[in-house]
Amino acid sequence: MTTKPQVNINDDYEKLYGFHVEEKSVFKAEPGLDAEKVKQISGMKEEPAWMLKNRLRAFEHFERKPMPVWANTELLNSIKFDSIFYYLKSTEKKGETWEDVPSEIKETFDRLGIPEAERKFLAGVSAQYESETVYHSMREDLTKQGVIFLDMDTALKEQPEIVRRYFGTVIPSGDNKFAALNTSVWSGGSFIYVPKGVKVEMPLQAYFRINAKNMGQFERTLIIADEGAQVTYIEGCTAPTYSSDSLHSAVVELIAMPHAKIRYVTIQNWSKNVYNLVTKRAVAHEDATVEWLDGNLGSKLTMKYPGVYLMGRGARGEVLSVAFAGSDQHQDAGAKMIHAAPDTHSVITSKSISKGTGRTTYRGLVKVYPGAVNSKSTVRCDALLLNEESRSDTYPTMEIDEKRVQIGHEATVSKIGDEQLFYAMSRGLKEVEAMNMIVNGFIEPFVKELPLEYAVELNRLVQLEMEGAVG
Amino acid sequence: MTKESPTLLDVQDLHVSVEGKEILKGLTLAVKAGEVHAIMGPNGSGKSTLSFCLMGHPKYQVTSGRILYKGEDIMALSPDERAKKGIFLAFQYPTAIPGVTIINFLRAALRGVRGAEVPVKEFRQTVKAQLKALGVPDAFMNRYVNDGFSGGEKKRLEILQMAVLAPSLAVLDETDSGLDIDALKTVAAGINMQRSPSRGILLITHYQRLLNYIKPDFVHVMVDGRVVRSGGAELALELESKGYEGFRPAIEPVEAEKS
Repeated sequence: MTTKPQVNINDDYEKLYGFHVEEKSVFKAEPGLDAEKVKQISGMKEEPAWMLKNRLRAFEHFERKPMPVWANTELLNSIKFDSIFYYLKSTEKKGETWEDVPSEIKETFDRLGIPEAERKFLAGVSAQYESETVYHSMREDLTKQGVIFLDMDTALKEQPEIVRRYFGTVIPSGDNKFAALNTSVWSGGSFIYVPKGVKVEMPLQAYFRINAKNMGQFERTLIIADEGAQVTYIEGCTAPTYSSDSLHSAVVELIAMPHAKIRYVTIQNWSKNVYNLVTKRAVAHEDATVEWLDGNLGSKLTMKYPGVYLMGRGARGEVLSVAFAGSDQHQDAGAKMIHAAPDTHSVITSKSISKGTGRTTYRGLVKVYPGAVNSKSTVRCDALLLNEESRSDTYPTMEIDEKRVQIGHEATVSKIGDEQLFYAMSRGLKEVEAMNMIVNGFIEPFVKELPLEYAVELNRLVQLEMEGAVG
Repeated sequence: MTKESPTLLDVQDLHVSVEGKEILKGLTLAVKAGEVHAIMGPNGSGKSTLSFCLMGHPKYQVTSGRILYKGEDIMALSPDERAKKGIFLAFQYPTAIPGVTIINFLRAALRGVRGAEVPVKEFRQTVKAQLKALGVPDAFMNRYVNDGFSGGEKKRLEILQMAVLAPSLAVLDETDSGLDIDALKTVAAGINMQRSPSRGILLITHYQRLLNYIKPDFVHVMVDGRVVRSGGAELALELESKGYEGFRPAIEPVEAEKS
């Protein structure tokens, strides 16, 4: 028998990200959730009454709403809500320099390369550890230009009016079961406001780290780009590998005012014991652009469908996503584009790779309301299967209630072709190099949109190795 | 062409099957350094099977006979190992590799055949010179390999790869197919530039017209998996006037298409 080359995705996860340090907490709520726990969290944070009310209403929604009956019901129904820790505060201090951060937490972020990235190419960084932001910084010149970049808890204290005005307006608390859960127990996340006409050239980044077992992380992010403003936000996330499950359920709301542009980049790389059930949605006003670049490598089950509500004439929305599902992983991801104004334009490009028993699903919605004339939408889904038992499904939904539109949809499923392999090998590439090249070529449309440092990182995560010869 | 030239390729009584069906039925052929051989034959005669088989395509099973390259049996070698030894195949239907730029592909290929990293500066110079010779703009290098290429672009890329990889033995499978006359002239000029005393070239073609631009030293007529006649360049002209029918008296007519 011959040696079999194999694509390895995230092969060195254990070494790079799967580690954990000793758990320390200044406050840790008992596992499980009830209304008292919600009050306790709000009380700890000394929140205004409206937010507590908001949380309690959301908790009712969470209790009342059934589990989704689609995606992966088997996995969804095995979430043990009673064993999850909904709030864990690791330190009293939030650092504005890394020296202020407790050493074991700083060490973790050092190993993840966050301070280094910050020095090299970021305009601001927020680092969340368990439930709270432990480090936060932004370059001074941006502060001078009026850019606000805070963790959400601080924003609620320092910018109460603007937070209250926009919080939950894009994703109402009853939107879905997990948005309701987030709204009831949210902690951490980012708040960004970019004033009129200000263009933030370098990205702002948030990094979310889970360290404890059975942890629930529920960050809440709200980004507002005022008229003509521009901002790029990058989020990354990882967790230790444990045998018991953790739950990450974020809510992210973006508001792009007329002529504004928001680019939101995610490199999701949770360990394989994390449920990643996230609601992300944007509103784009007249001539505004919102782009979601969504990379899903990790987690046990991801359900995430970033959306753009195109509310003003000429608004543009784009979702460019890439998903990798290794064995025992299910990436159920997609996009939603809602055309509610004339001359709006949306592009969805989804690339997925399934390996071993891994499963990828594209689930998407394009909706065009009556009167949204001259809307254009292009959807393209490409799936690459690496093994016989790998699986990929596509569920594109189109609801088009306006005739004067252009809608395109294209989907392909392919395996690494023998002819592609032979062609590359005939040029002197070893089989393993040829496969590597083909896979990296497949995700290139995504990678080339990433800042260089992330592109390198992503290419490194998708690697090949020779599996031992049998025979 | 001299007697002292070493034999590059020595195919002896080669029998090859694809999915249980015998396609090559005792093919014998020898190519020396410096020689250009043309293999002509109708569709279905086994020309492409020969080219894939020489490159080591796993689908093609050698059932008997031998392939020697520089005196060494290469039949157990994988395609990349054959490439490292200096064998090159220009494909009739080159495969697209979306997302992989030609420049990256070429660099990986050159590293592969040399078995060592190629200095960036040297690589750039080599590529630039060949691009110029082939009349291809530099921007071509940033396109994805064969992705959305016209027939002419694909064939030019094959010749560019040959020029950069500088093989000892180049097998060109129907490099003329699908080309208009201008593209054909450009590609033929590219091939002519690659002729050298140390290199053997095997031109596989259905039509004689390529041989108007590349003068072969030897012409072999291949019918039903065998070389039925060999001769000089004049044989191609004879073929042009007679057609393949005249070369297969014992064989039932096949679906050979004529231009």
